[in-house]
Amino acid sequence: MSDKDTVEVAAATPELTQPFQELGLTEAEYGKIRQLLGRRPTAAELALYSVMWSEHCSYKSSKVHLRKLAPNEQQSANLLAGIGANAGVVDIGQGYAVTFKIESHNHPSFVEPHQGAATGVGGIVRDILAMGARPVAVMDALRFGPADAHDTARVLPGVVSGISFYGNCLGLPNIGGELAFDPCYAGNPLVNALCVGVMRHEDLKAAVADGPGNKVILFGSRTGPDGVGGASVLASATFGDDGDGRAKAKRPSVQVGDPFMEKLLVECCLELYTKGLIEGIQDLGAAGIACATTELSAGGSGGMRVSLDDIPLRDPNLTPAEILMSESQERMMAVVTPANVDAFLRVCAKWDVEATVIGEVTGDGVLTMTWRGGTVVEIPPGTAADGPVYQRPIARPADLDALQADTPDGLARPKDGLALRETLLALLGSADLADKSWVTAQYDHYVRGNTVLAMPDDGGLLRVDERTQLGIALATDGNGRYCRLDPYLGTQLALSEAYRNVAMTGARPFAVTNCLNFGSPEDPAVMWQLAEAVRGLADGCAALGIPVTGGNVSLYNQTGETAIHPTPVIGVLGVHDDVRRRVGAGFAADGARVVLLGRTREEFGGSAWAHVVHKQLGGHPPAPDLDSERKLAALIGSAASAGLLASAHDLADGGLAIALAESCLRGGRGCRIGLSGDAFTELFSESAARAVISVRPGREEEFAALCAANEVPATVLGVTGGDALVIDGSFEVPLDELARVWTRTLPALFG
Amino acid sequence: MRIGVVTFPGSLDDTDAARAVRYAGADPVSLWHADRDLRGVDAVILPGGFSYGDYLRCGAIARFSPVMAELVPAARAGLPVLGICNGFQILCEAHLLPGALTRNAGLRFITRDVRLTVTNARTVWTSDYTTGQQLRIPLKSGEGAYAAGQATLDELEASGRVVVRYAGAAPNGAARGIAGICNEAGNVVGLMPHPEHAIDPLTGPSADGLGFFTSAVTALAGARN
Repeated sequence: MSDKDTVEVAAATPELTQPFQELGLTEAEYGKIRQLLGRRPTAAELALYSVMWSEHCSYKSSKVHLRKLAPNEQQSANLLAGIGANAGVVDIGQGYAVTFKIESHNHPSFVEPHQGAATGVGGIVRDILAMGARPVAVMDALRFGPADAHDTARVLPGVVSGISFYGNCLGLPNIGGELAFDPCYAGNPLVNALCVGVMRHEDLKAAVADGPGNKVILFGSRTGPDGVGGASVLASATFGDDGDGRAKAKRPSVQVGDPFMEKLLVECCLELYTKGLIEGIQDLGAAGIACATTELSAGGSGGMRVSLDDIPLRDPNLTPAEILMSESQERMMAVVTPANVDAFLRVCAKWDVEATVIGEVTGDGVLTMTWRGGTVVEIPPGTAADGPVYQRPIARPADLDALQADTPDGLARPKDGLALRETLLALLGSADLADKSWVTAQYDHYVRGNTVLAMPDDGGLLRVDERTQLGIALATDGNGRYCRLDPYLGTQLALSEAYRNVAMTGARPFAVTNCLNFGSPEDPAVMWQLAEAVRGLADGCAALGIPVTGGNVSLYNQTGETAIHPTPVIGVLGVHDDVRRRVGAGFAADGARVVLLGRTREEFGGSAWAHVVHKQLGGHPPAPDLDSERKLAALIGSAASAGLLASAHDLADGGLAIALAESCLRGGRGCRIGLSGDAFTELFSESAARAVISVRPGREEEFAALCAANEVPATVLGVTGGDALVIDGSFEVPLDELARVWTRTLPALFG
Repeated sequence: MRIGVVTFPGSLDDTDAARAVRYAGADPVSLWHADRDLRGVDAVILPGGFSYGDYLRCGAIARFSPVMAELVPAARAGLPVLGICNGFQILCEAHLLPGALTRNAGLRFITRDVRLTVTNARTVWTSDYTTGQQLRIPLKSGEGAYAAGQATLDELEASGRVVVRYAGAAPNGAARGIAGICNEAGNVVGLMPHPEHAIDPLTGPSADGLGFFTSAVTALAGARN
């Protein structure tokens, strides 16, 4: 095709064959584009529609379900911007607004782990920046194939080094996240990156191009040939069974990141905001200039004229289609009044950020792009910004009944103290539950000086205001095993755990973001899992009274016919009224009473015990109990602000046994515990809505009264102290043995 | 008391260094890399980060920035200067301190709370400590292993210019466990660990790092009287 495929040429050559299938469009979608335009699209227009209508950008398969997440009136009380914005924004009081979002970079991270993960961080940071906020922290939820698999040794160190390289150089503290392993993620690792930003209410920015005559400025890195088609080719299709060979062919689709440029871009944008030089702003991520121009113009008065000749290029041979599809990193697009252009360019020059006026806002409702004297794009931007919406077929997975019937009830259980001890050590040393320092020690969690809690505490906690001590807490959680057994309940369990983790710091859970990682939407069983997960999340958030503020969907996480476990990763944001009253997970004082909060049932479906000891997955996951989660969170909040707690740690994978071991290890002191009832169930069941806390000596009665007032069942287990975890009448493990088992696993695997 | 904190493109811990100056009771003054102007400050901190993206070599480009053209002669004339992490790298590149910082022995970035032993409590930046005092301070760097020729190392030790050492094995393979050194006059100090992240137990592992900043305030107050 001629590199000057103008609108006139397109109108005159309707019969020309176009490569829509190679760009990921279906025949019906291609027909729809022709119908919308009344002619065949130009090569540039075809490229633009292909990326805008990709699964990654348009949410065409998930949109009908995501509508269920719209918050009700009560949930919206503190919402300043919600689903649909670059990131949701909540009012946390004292004039502060917080914006946060989690996003996937799964496919690029498999193809090229270091750059894939690095640019995942860069992308989500620009989303937060585009809302008007200063990015203040990042988190990462990572899932890989078996820890001892050959390919995991390639993917995991690369992903971690990419996050370390980009986040550290950008100067954002990494305050937590997740690390999990399962055979289902071999070939489909999940790299979900969360960023949180803080601003004053009046700083909130919108992605709109309003005011005809206003200038459109592209600033940041130059546009190059990297990442062309990342959204459509890479993130919206299944890799074949010959994963590795196909993956290599896709490598040029992965972008390359420059965190130094991103740091300059962050500081530059914040100065532009402070000086009031911006009318509208959009980050460039997936679908690059195509996405930024269509979304800005569709969100504003509807028209924009862009000169592609004015876009600074790293490679002068790029075609209009490649310029539009390029996913070169570290770029932003702003709408600026003519009077402010000079001042805008001066701020950019101060920060050594290249900035170029590439067009202007018009009032004609048309997105027009010219190149070398011809018009190569002429479309109503709304038609590209609003992609197709599909009602994909849904069917409950055929194997689910058999899977749920295969309960762990018949699995051999440890019979005596020695066997219980062995079980604890097997779980503690398993890759999922072992010490994560191999990963987290490569991340800077100190930079900016406001990190109050970070991994390995339950949630990350940041100070927002040094004078008032206002803060925010964050946690992410997901559990693919639970969701495989029941995506509705599994998603509520992930929500519950993130909610509980935030509450453990002493914060009030406040808002939710989510990253929905699933297989191919063309598989009705996967669509059923997605629909159930979204329904579970919507119902769960309504029950907890907190809104979903935004999120991201990643589909096609499967190899051939085999999809990953449905893995919604849920992020919860909390507000902490006084970060000096934070509570850590480690036993922080000797002689403190250890109390189990919540009710333990015999629940082993999808448990760490079944997975690690028996390599079994079947039955039903634990029952979520959202009412009890609310009560537990309220209790911990009150107890923390009254200064009653020496530690608080939620119970999750591996149950009470793992929680006790972790509290001992983090606090550097042991405890002596007495159990009533079946020791195995008490120690390893994974019932929801539970926590193990220690009470500041002398405050026991106050705490017991508070438990009663909040209707939270409280069982006194024992007391902290000594240098061993002692289960009376059953077994004990010296702390140094616990530490040895806990810390050796990841270094042994990854060096 | 006014203490300048330089911001280079890619500086990250400049706000933290300014906070530490405030905690120590002095006024932080922001200095810009592109200005040949020290704004009359009484001392200067080169903060941590990745100045100029660490391109070419850590600190190699920053040393040629306009602000350094003022800082180098001022430091040679006795102005107290503290370089932290990337700041230490810049001081070495600018030849205000000998040696260089090289890639960590394990080839990975390390964030860890390390124990340090103060080995010289007579510098402008360490006078509030006592020799032999143990500090608990974060280390966070990818290229933090101090390296120098044997003769330089011998001379640093003989003249007492090793300011702090890692207690126990150096986590990054630093020569002779060196975590920080000073120039002959003791007014220029370079540190690999980050004392500005240890000024408040709320946000750091301890408040042990505050002494570096109060030392300078004390020394400057003494010089004025």
